Amino acid sequence: MSQRQVLQVFEQYQRARTHFVQAVAELSARPQNIGTLRDAGVISLLRPLLLDVVPTIQQTAALALGRLAYFNDDLAEAVVKEDILPQLVCSLSEQNRFYKKAAAFVLRAVGKHSPQLAQAIVECGALEALVICLEDFDPGVKEGAAWALGYIARHNSELSQAVVDAGAVPLLVLCIQEPEIALKRIAASTLSDISKHSPELAQTVVDAGAIAYLAQMILNPDAKLKCQVLSALSQIAKHSVDLAELVVEAEIFPVVLTCMKDSDEYVKKNGATLIREIAKHSPELSQFIVNAGGVAAVIDCIGSCKGTVRLPGIMMLGYVAAHSENLSMAVIVSKGIPPLCTCLLEEHEDHIKAAAAWALGQIGRHTPEHARAVAETNVLGTLLSMYMDIRSSEDLQLKAKRALKNILQKCTYLPALEPLLHDAPPNIMKHIVGQFSKVLPHDSKARRLFVTSGGLKKVQEIKAEPGSLLQEYINTINNCYPEEVVRYYSPGYSEMLLERVENYQPVL
Amino acid sequence: MAALVRLETRLSRLREEYFLKNRSVDEDRKIVYKAAVKIQSWFRGCRVRAYLRYLNKMAISIQKWWRGYQSRRYFRKMIKTAYFIMKMNFYNEMAVRIQKRWRGYYVRKYTHNYYALKKYLEAISLNNEIVRNELQEYAEMNEKKKKKKDLEKKEKEKKYKARKMHYLLSTEQIAGIYNSPFRKFPDPMELLLRQSKPLSHRQQQPKSPFTYDLYDWPTCKRPPAFPTGEPLPPIGRQKPQGPFRDAAEVLRQRYKPLEPTLRVAASISSPLEKAREEMKREEWRKCIHDNEFLPFSSYHKNEKYELSIHASEKIGKETYGIKHFREVQPNKWIAGKDFQTVLPSIVLFEKFGKTYSKAGQIV
Repeated sequence: MSQRQVLQVFEQYQRARTHFVQAVAELSARPQNIGTLRDAGVISLLRPLLLDVVPTIQQTAALALGRLAYFNDDLAEAVVKEDILPQLVCSLSEQNRFYKKAAAFVLRAVGKHSPQLAQAIVECGALEALVICLEDFDPGVKEGAAWALGYIARHNSELSQAVVDAGAVPLLVLCIQEPEIALKRIAASTLSDISKHSPELAQTVVDAGAIAYLAQMILNPDAKLKCQVLSALSQIAKHSVDLAELVVEAEIFPVVLTCMKDSDEYVKKNGATLIREIAKHSPELSQFIVNAGGVAAVIDCIGSCKGTVRLPGIMMLGYVAAHSENLSMAVIVSKGIPPLCTCLLEEHEDHIKAAAAWALGQIGRHTPEHARAVAETNVLGTLLSMYMDIRSSEDLQLKAKRALKNILQKCTYLPALEPLLHDAPPNIMKHIVGQFSKVLPHDSKARRLFVTSGGLKKVQEIKAEPGSLLQEYINTINNCYPEEVVRYYSPGYSEMLLERVENYQPVL
Repeated sequence: MAALVRLETRLSRLREEYFLKNRSVDEDRKIVYKAAVKIQSWFRGCRVRAYLRYLNKMAISIQKWWRGYQSRRYFRKMIKTAYFIMKMNFYNEMAVRIQKRWRGYYVRKYTHNYYALKKYLEAISLNNEIVRNELQEYAEMNEKKKKKKDLEKKEKEKKYKARKMHYLLSTEQIAGIYNSPFRKFPDPMELLLRQSKPLSHRQQQPKSPFTYDLYDWPTCKRPPAFPTGEPLPPIGRQKPQGPFRDAAEVLRQRYKPLEPTLRVAASISSPLEKAREEMKREEWRKCIHDNEFLPFSSYHKNEKYELSIHASEKIGKETYGIKHFREVQPNKWIAGKDFQTVLPSIVLFEKFGKTYSKAGQIV
């Protein structure tokens, strides 16, 4: 009789514990309860439950801890302070797969908030345990471990190096080959986080043979997976020419171009980022991309998107055009300039406008042909207004000015230059007048047009210091015309004539 | 004697005269001597001067000749150098002209080839067109796929709904809500209802532990992929019900020996063919070696003699080839009976008239 009563007490206690832990887990799923839970001291209560005899209670307690730490970084710090991490790490190697998943979730939740917390996780030896979890045959455990490693490696390069030293990279490459899509996604994202910090880390990832598998996965129809894969490849390719060449040798072109037509915005963005990172290193790589039709795909992508999604595509065009004049001409021939102009006009964000201005400058700076192609779209006026606008950011003003200068120094297309004469500031005016002074002495039709459009009048109105370059240009222009014409258009001519009328003695 | 006296008187004067004469001669002598010396020295001087003049002239003439010779040499050298320089200048000029032409040609043809660039740009635009078309097609294909998927999903949902609401089907007496008598033809939903199989309220399969509500892992939609071998039979399966045959009867049926038909038992080939084959086999068996007998013995003089089976193995003990042609190991036999060599040819026809086959399942 008493034995049954004794056992009943224990059963009641167990039921109470189970109920508590399940309730806390459910409550912690909603962010609004977290403050209350924290004030109630939930971490210290959950800690002994982690060591409970009943496995379900252990797992649920770990899950609750993970959810709590995920939303709030104070709680994550509290988890670290209460020395829960060593216990979790020990049990990671022993327990069954549910517990492993929950423990990996807790580590991930703690590691995501700041580098210091991630460092604390590394110091308590969690990395080796997580890497062992990566070899587990359950895909959920692998996913949890890979995710935790990814969040740790994200913060800075020392932590990434620690993750690599624990031997995670070959196992991650194996994870990528698994059939489960979510596991592939997470492994790709972790590889991307590892390789983004430095070329050595990227080289480690490449040495493990990741590029071939990542390149195969571009064809996968899942949009989020494609995002992560493209991001991983672009993080690898961005560091040096050799890495970019390795990525290109994996035969990603022309498959990557299909990503530019994907319905998901972020796939387009990451695809454009990858192409940009490859194109920026050397003219040969840019040439290769142009030959594969990459420029057309990127231009269409820019035309169809809005907002920050366009930015990598714009930068890619700028990089390609910057390498050589043939490539710049290729960009022009692929109808690259109109989308850039619409970008400049439509976008609200300054940094996108600055990128578009920079790209236009790179396209137009090579030869008069290029400058003419850019100037014909009447974008010079927009650039000038952006430079003059007080509300534009410094970066935008600087880039607009440079682009304008670069284009103007080669532009011989006078109809586009004339509108600029009227509102340009002196430092830009110098270039405009300089260009006129180069073209006018040789072209009589242009001279006529210059006079009839009011340009000569405007030039006379410019006040320049004698001896400056501007004055020289003005003199050159004035020398192209007969003196009467110049005097006619100089300011104050009408007053001078009237004075002469006044002073004239009529001949009777 | 007079002479002597005169001589004596003159003697004293003689001495004086002698002395005076000597003195005057002495004085003269000095002058004369000096004059002679002068004359001689002058003459000698003249002679030497003439000689020196002569030497000078000769030296001058030699030097003149030598200097002329040197200068002429030098002049010749100068001429040669000037000529050489003139030639080199000329060559340089011509080389510059050639190089100018060549470099212009080379740069125009290879480095800054205008036509190649033009073609290249045209090719790029063409390629871009192709790429754009292909990407357009790809995008359209994707959209079509997506639409199709959405449509299929909707269809599936509709069908599931129809199955759930199967009770709304109209009967003979009562028209269902989708089959109003005032309509010309029934609602498509009615048609769907007619086609669908009713969804029974059978208890669903027990949920696997992975659908535990508290664990909302993204991956665990299906059980882990480790190999488990044969799946265990579901516990609590309903016992098969119905009238069972007697166990002994079933076993008898199951272990009934094979009764092949005559057609099956007899061999496929006709007796004539069998006899022919038999003959061939006998011939082959009797043949000792495969080489033909050739007319000339020297033809295969150098051939190595191959021992026959009888001779190459141990004498007497080896019975292979004499007593048997097949290796038998009686200790490995499972059953005492020999294999039955006849198989039924067409299985289906053998089942005619027999409803039960080996395992008790219906044919």
